[in-house]
Amino acid sequence: MDKKHKVSDLQSHTGVEVMRCYQCGKCTAGCVLASDMNYPPSYLMRLLQTGTKENYDKILHSNSIWLCLNCENCLGRCPMEIDIPKMMDYLRTRSISENKMHPDSKPIIAFHRSFLDSIKHTGRLYEVGLIAAFKSRTFRFAQDLNIAPMMYLKGKLHLLPEKIKDRRHMKRIFAQTIENAKTETK
Amino acid sequence: MSKIGVFICHCGENISATVDVERVAREVGGMEGVAHAIDYKYMCSDPGQTFIKEAVKKYNLDGVVVGACSPRMHEPTFRRACAEAGLNPYLCEMANLREHCSWVHEKSEETTEKAIDLVKMLVQKVKKNKPLDSIKVPVTKRALVIGGGIAGIQASLDIANTGHKVILVERDPSIGGHMSQLSETFPTLDCSQCILTPRMVEVAQHPNIKLYTYAELESLEGFIGNFTAKIRLKAKSVDYSTCTGCGACIQKCPVKKIPSEFNAGLGTRTAIYVPFPQAVPNKPVIDRVNCNYYKRGACKICEKTCQVGSIQWDREDEIVTEEVGAVVLATGFDVKGADFFPEYGYGKYKDVLTGLQFERMASASGPTFGEIRRPSDGVIPKKIVFIACAGSRDPAKGIPYCSKICCMYTAKHAMLYQHKVHDGESTVFYMDIRAGGKNYEEFVRRAIEEDTVNYVRGRVARVYEKDGKLIVKGVDTLLGGQQVEIEADMVVLATAGVANCGSEQLAQKLHVSYDPYHFFAEAHPKLKPVETNTAGIFLAGACQAPKDIPETVGMASGAAVKVAALFSNDELVREPLVAVVNRLAPPLYSTCVGCFMCETACPYNAIEHEDIRGRDGSLIKTIAKVNEGLCQGCGTCVAFCRSKSIDIQGYTHEQVYAEVMSLLND
Amino acid sequence: MKIGFYPGCSLTGSSREYNESVVAVAKALEIDLVELKDWNCCGATAAHSMNEELSLSLPARIMALAEEQGLKEIVVPCAACYNRLKVTQHELEDQPKRNRVAEILQMPYKGDLKIINVLQLLEAYGTENIKARITQPFAHKVACYYGCLLVRPHAILKFDRVEDPQSMDALIQVIGGTTMDWAFKTECCGGGFSVSRTDLVVKLSGNILKDASDRGAEALIVACPMCQSNLDMRRGAINKTLDSPIDIPVIYITQAIGLALGIGAKELGLKRHFVTVEL
Repeated sequence: MDKKHKVSDLQSHTGVEVMRCYQCGKCTAGCVLASDMNYPPSYLMRLLQTGTKENYDKILHSNSIWLCLNCENCLGRCPMEIDIPKMMDYLRTRSISENKMHPDSKPIIAFHRSFLDSIKHTGRLYEVGLIAAFKSRTFRFAQDLNIAPMMYLKGKLHLLPEKIKDRRHMKRIFAQTIENAKTETK
Repeated sequence: MSKIGVFICHCGENISATVDVERVAREVGGMEGVAHAIDYKYMCSDPGQTFIKEAVKKYNLDGVVVGACSPRMHEPTFRRACAEAGLNPYLCEMANLREHCSWVHEKSEETTEKAIDLVKMLVQKVKKNKPLDSIKVPVTKRALVIGGGIAGIQASLDIANTGHKVILVERDPSIGGHMSQLSETFPTLDCSQCILTPRMVEVAQHPNIKLYTYAELESLEGFIGNFTAKIRLKAKSVDYSTCTGCGACIQKCPVKKIPSEFNAGLGTRTAIYVPFPQAVPNKPVIDRVNCNYYKRGACKICEKTCQVGSIQWDREDEIVTEEVGAVVLATGFDVKGADFFPEYGYGKYKDVLTGLQFERMASASGPTFGEIRRPSDGVIPKKIVFIACAGSRDPAKGIPYCSKICCMYTAKHAMLYQHKVHDGESTVFYMDIRAGGKNYEEFVRRAIEEDTVNYVRGRVARVYEKDGKLIVKGVDTLLGGQQVEIEADMVVLATAGVANCGSEQLAQKLHVSYDPYHFFAEAHPKLKPVETNTAGIFLAGACQAPKDIPETVGMASGAAVKVAALFSNDELVREPLVAVVNRLAPPLYSTCVGCFMCETACPYNAIEHEDIRGRDGSLIKTIAKVNEGLCQGCGTCVAFCRSKSIDIQGYTHEQVYAEVMSLLND
Repeated sequence: MKIGFYPGCSLTGSSREYNESVVAVAKALEIDLVELKDWNCCGATAAHSMNEELSLSLPARIMALAEEQGLKEIVVPCAACYNRLKVTQHELEDQPKRNRVAEILQMPYKGDLKIINVLQLLEAYGTENIKARITQPFAHKVACYYGCLLVRPHAILKFDRVEDPQSMDALIQVIGGTTMDWAFKTECCGGGFSVSRTDLVVKLSGNILKDASDRGAEALIVACPMCQSNLDMRRGAINKTLDSPIDIPVIYITQAIGLALGIGAKELGLKRHFVTVEL
């Protein structure tokens, strides 16, 4: 089995054994976004089981891995207890490092990056900064123009970021992890 | 000096492909005390056995070692051959060169050397072997059958028809088991009760069968051919010797809302009840948990109604003792229900049923007289969904196995539904269709092609209720994982078959093994499917694993034949590979000090106390004695004995040392 | 009763009312919440989608801080933070991962911090205690919405059951409310796609609201800021996709309990909702 699946390090990184899947489809049946995905979860498991580079690339290029919300309905119901959400996390990072992201991933990655930038600099989420960064990344300047003022009025937005004291610690954590990974893979 | 004969088998190529068998024979042939050593293609064949017999006579051998397969396979064969040549069979030993060597190693020098070692060890052992005589024990020719479903009924009738007495014990008030609850049976669609009830009556009327209903096994002691069973006859509160079974008490009983076990909870019964109209015996029992009199001390309406005065309020449980020679376990199975399927809403939504409940509904004797109607509102469902593998093949729920019968009964259910509701739509969600069996695949095809049952390959994620409909969220994996949503009126779960409740405790009472799912374990998965590891106790039906009616009946008849074979002897011959406590000349009599650690260690209660008395009858000492009938030769007592007074015949300390030393001396 | 408190980012910003109601209810029930000092963001979906080590290090810092500050137990009201902390604690039972994270953080980490969600806090405090302080029974028929992160993955969280959980329903019944059997108790609202894929959030949250509304719920009760904001702040967009708009409010369990304990609407942050709360 291992010989065949050397196309990815999925199992050694996540402990997910794709051969355990017997294609019952319960994950897909209960997936809230299966109909929006290129390949629903059970189909994706089957692609992985073939162990071919071609099918692995199909997955990395698909929108499925980006649309997965990690709601874990699939894992909760899987008779074989296969950790599909964890697998999705892994496949997303592979997709980025191999630069195979589906166009649908753009706003999602942009959001994640903006989110993480905020944490890196302040230690906490700065929502105004997040939205501003997201908009500049995606050019969606018109989005949520109706919501933001309302949020402000309801006292849900700080205009200035909350900052933690030990921001150097944050920078170190980022440098050691996500920034480290970027330099490694590129 | 010893004169040992060594016979090395090629086992076709099974051994010779990896082991240099000629070299093994040659090298062992040079050992001290080996008078003759050969190799041959099939030692177990007729010519092979002839080689052994002739050599025993020609060389006047006093020991034989056969290097071949597992002794489990052919030890009896070779020992018989030796016995026919006049050698005590227990002077023949086998070295397992197949499972222990050729099958588990690659071809190499070392593999051959290991084979040589294995044979040499047995040569050293056999030099220390002593002739042993088989043990003879008498046989009580009466069988105990536990469980009165189709397995127990069939086994009882088959044994009884060989002329032997049978005691049939059933936990419920009637025999019949699950089969009596079924509607029609696959693949012929004949009515289950129509074919079963005549057999039930036959049991009741058979002169060789004594039937105890509403009874449970309390304990079983003894050994093959000589068991003592204590059976608890639960208080029925009705005197069956006078009760006429008129049923007047049942009609008058005011407690009417008890969920009927027979109808799988879909109907109700009274506190004094007969489980179903065709019950055997057709006489009522009082369910004391629900009876007003036992609950509150008042009511007694049944007593007033009974014309013959059969109600016995003060009747207590009774224990009867029966001597039997063999036991057939036929305790059947159970279905998963209750809170086991939260995602399918079983137990929450009335119109989500188990397969067994659907059987009751489809049965002419059921709560709806065979009409398919929603339990919630009595409406005939126009859309029905069957979910296969509900619980089965689901390691996350603790049931990794296939329940085997569900594919077939689900096809039958869908078919029955289509026959009863002509404008209805039925959908079966399945993962695989397992229809192995005579006319089974054809039956499923008929459901799909002729009865237009919609088969969708995929598992259902969940079922929820909305506006009186059951929304089934499934998937069609053959369409690349397309989601399928059905607004159903009724959902039927093909629930996993599980071991009967209490099977674990029963197994412990009987000293039989059971598997991780509490099904009773057969002695060998292929060659001893109806035997247990405890001699004299046999298995029939779904208590061993889920199985359908024909298979159950076949197994029950198989168990009956085993019992009949046992009863064809007046005495039983057992292998003498049992523990013995040494006996020495006076004044020691035995090295046993009478600490009886062995007694506490023995799992088979085989250790007895023996008083050694002088000529004048005075007690000299009390030592342990092994009951040869009970002892299974497990050796636990040997390990526990601190004075090394116990040995297993055929595996004495001396013999085992000789084996080990042969390895070390090399 | 004294217990550590990790609010998480949402509770300081877009879900301030959750924070306010947690604090108010804790005060009313005499639970002493000790806020973790210098806490950071848990990383949420963004971190575990983008980098595993980062997704473990951020929650690990929070837990290490709690240990450093002598806290044995912390309550984490945000379901997403609760989930990230619990999952990280579980992942760090693996020694190589724990070593790597210790190296990144350069902080000691024992991994024995007890992490509980707000429902567990209220359960632990005792339903009898709550009952004794009710001044205004919460006499409403509501749908308890648990979402994903509070109950899954069960193997790690070991909280309530995955299908048809009951702990929130039980609390609502304690304060005099009526709960219902409905179909979307644990179905995803769209979670972190609020900004990036609002279209999907509208679809998923719309399904949830529609089912609750069809069954006559007067309100949805939640214990997750992401669920609340998707169901509340995105209501305008959701209603555009529906035939008839849905105006049932989405309130936190702590707000419902606060109402029953007689705490004012303003103190509970009920004025901060987009959908007007009139309960």
